[in-house]
Amino acid sequence: MSLLEIENVTLKFGGLTAVDNLSFSVEQGEVFAIVGPNGAGKSTVFNLISRFYTPINGSIHFDGHDLLKEKASDVASHGVARTFQNIELFEQATVLENLLVGRHRHRQSNFLTELFFTPSVKKQEIQSRHYVEEIIDFLDLQAYREKRIAGLPYGVRKVVEVARALATDPKLLLLDEPASGLSVEETTDMRWWIDDIRRQMGITVLMVEHDMGLVSGVSDRVLAMADGARLALGTPAEVQSDPAVIEAYLGHAA
Amino acid sequence: MRIVFKTNYMQDIRPWKDGYQLSLYLILLAVVFAAPFFMDAFYLGEMTNVLIWAIAGLGLMILTGHTGQASLGHAAFLAMGCYANIILLDAGVPFMIAFPLAGILTGIIGMVIAIPALRLHGIYLAIATMAMSILVDDIIVLTEPWTGGVGGKYAPPVNIFGFMVDRWGTPREFYYLVLVVSVIVTLGYINLLRAPLGRSFIALRDSEVSAQAMGIDVARTKAISFAISCGITGLAGALMGLFAGAFNNETFSVVISIQLLMMIVIGGLGSIHGAFFGAIIVGFLPQFLSIAKEWVGAIAGGSSVAIPGLEFGIFGMILIIFILFEPMGIYGRWFKIRTWFELFPFYRKDMFKRQKSYLKTERLR
Ligand SMILES: Nc1ncnc2c1ncn2[C@@H]1O[C@H](COP(=O)(O)OP(=O)(O)OP(=O)(O)O)[C@@H](O)[C@H]1O
Ligand SMILES: [Mg+2]
Repeated sequence: MSLLEIENVTLKFGGLTAVDNLSFSVEQGEVFAIVGPNGAGKSTVFNLISRFYTPINGSIHFDGHDLLKEKASDVASHGVARTFQNIELFEQATVLENLLVGRHRHRQSNFLTELFFTPSVKKQEIQSRHYVEEIIDFLDLQAYREKRIAGLPYGVRKVVEVARALATDPKLLLLDEPASGLSVEETTDMRWWIDDIRRQMGITVLMVEHDMGLVSGVSDRVLAMADGARLALGTPAEVQSDPAVIEAYLGHAA
Repeated sequence: MRIVFKTNYMQDIRPWKDGYQLSLYLILLAVVFAAPFFMDAFYLGEMTNVLIWAIAGLGLMILTGHTGQASLGHAAFLAMGCYANIILLDAGVPFMIAFPLAGILTGIIGMVIAIPALRLHGIYLAIATMAMSILVDDIIVLTEPWTGGVGGKYAPPVNIFGFMVDRWGTPREFYYLVLVVSVIVTLGYINLLRAPLGRSFIALRDSEVSAQAMGIDVARTKAISFAISCGITGLAGALMGLFAGAFNNETFSVVISIQLLMMIVIGGLGSIHGAFFGAIIVGFLPQFLSIAKEWVGAIAGGSSVAIPGLEFGIFGMILIIFILFEPMGIYGRWFKIRTWFELFPFYRKDMFKRQKSYLKTERLR
């Protein structure tokens, strides 16, 4: 059984079909990329997995759970973490605090124990911080750990968002355009990090990305979408040479 | 320049940065505990008033400053706490039980009221809570058998471990009562902020979608924030009632709600300090104004001039000045000055400059 299974999912915004009877599945341990022209419905697929939207038909299963039966806030508890195309960080909090929010799904304490900051809460805090510091080291964020997000450059914010998602200790990481807006060097870093996330941490990655260099560099399989539907699915090379994909890109460019 | 080196996690977890900062707070605590020995009854009363406002400010700060939910209705919860406390006392419940119970009851009622309001955002939430604040006046009149309606009620002296405490007879003991409550509330607040619940409030304030993606239940967490906020406000209301001695349906008008919100904005949203700074302004503004008026009267000749609404007008002006020039409030200003000293001589002018905020839309992309 695949880690993530999406079957015949359709979502409409008014008259617009954003996702059109789409099916694909992501295997444990792979890096799976979704590509497609603007407005193809890539981010909408992420928002469906995150349960921000409910499809009008179809099913979404993750790790044996029927996600359509869950609330948006329960998706994380099954081990799905994500980043956002337009960066959604906690602006007025520090990098460290942002990452600590990522530990929320592991919370054992409750209102009363936290109010008195009992020894068990203290122990939990130390564990959270230990976990988070390792991610800060991994993504080279030491210089920013006490800085507020509001003052950070764009490239750093992108990395912090990945770090916050990793702090949840996910099984599946959804990255929505991790390299958009990054410089060439930053994109190269991101490439190695995605590789490490898969190889060292054993986390499955599903990403949306326009940068074909990055896509063919890290992904095992690629899904090409246009107008909410599947155009092609296969290895990066296969998808890039697929006539329907070339047509979709040229068609949109022209 | 002062640099704090961190070598273990406790340095981030404990509420103070280093021994220096801890000793400053301990000195402050010692000074306020010693205040009754060098202050006369009048100024002690003023201090008590400031502390009660600070507790109310802490209550609203949780909801507005840390969870990002504006409320223009918190006077309603002051009223609830006040009446609940007095009604329980009248029923013969001892103060040491009636007082916390008043807070808990107000918290629960606040949460129940909040549930339908949870779907509202920003200005709509502010309007809904304001409407509630206006309604409270009528509710108090309608429930006259318990609340005394327009005629109002008087606060009896309360029994604390055998001491009879009331604001006029024993101002010193009353001051200590309020001080201890404010210290306990502040410590609890600090604890929440360094634990997951406090961070989930901040997460909701800054981005509801990503809070959700991190596994935070938005509706539930907002309801908890409302409950804590209203509970603390209820405690402040109970103390306010005892402090005022007498109160009726007009004591906790919507003007108080607005003043409370303005107070925490001026003090600095999103900080515990802000509630205290704001309370100092609210508490001492009338004194300051009357001194200023006498002074103006003495120079310009003529006796003291009475201008209706002057206090509120000046307060509003201070608010506008802060929103324009120091949106982070007094706490923000203080923080910058402190940073200047700590980093001396490396402070840069643009250190706290807000980055261009990226276009935000309701649409998820
Ligand atoms: N909340 C919404 N309400 C209405 N229409 C929406 C909404 N979200 C997305 N859409 C529309 O659905 C379609 C797919 O949008 P989506 O954001 O998924 O595209 P995308 O493939 O991520 O594109 P991009 O590469 O620009 O990020 C677009 O036509 C978009 O305008
Ligand atoms: Mg997109």
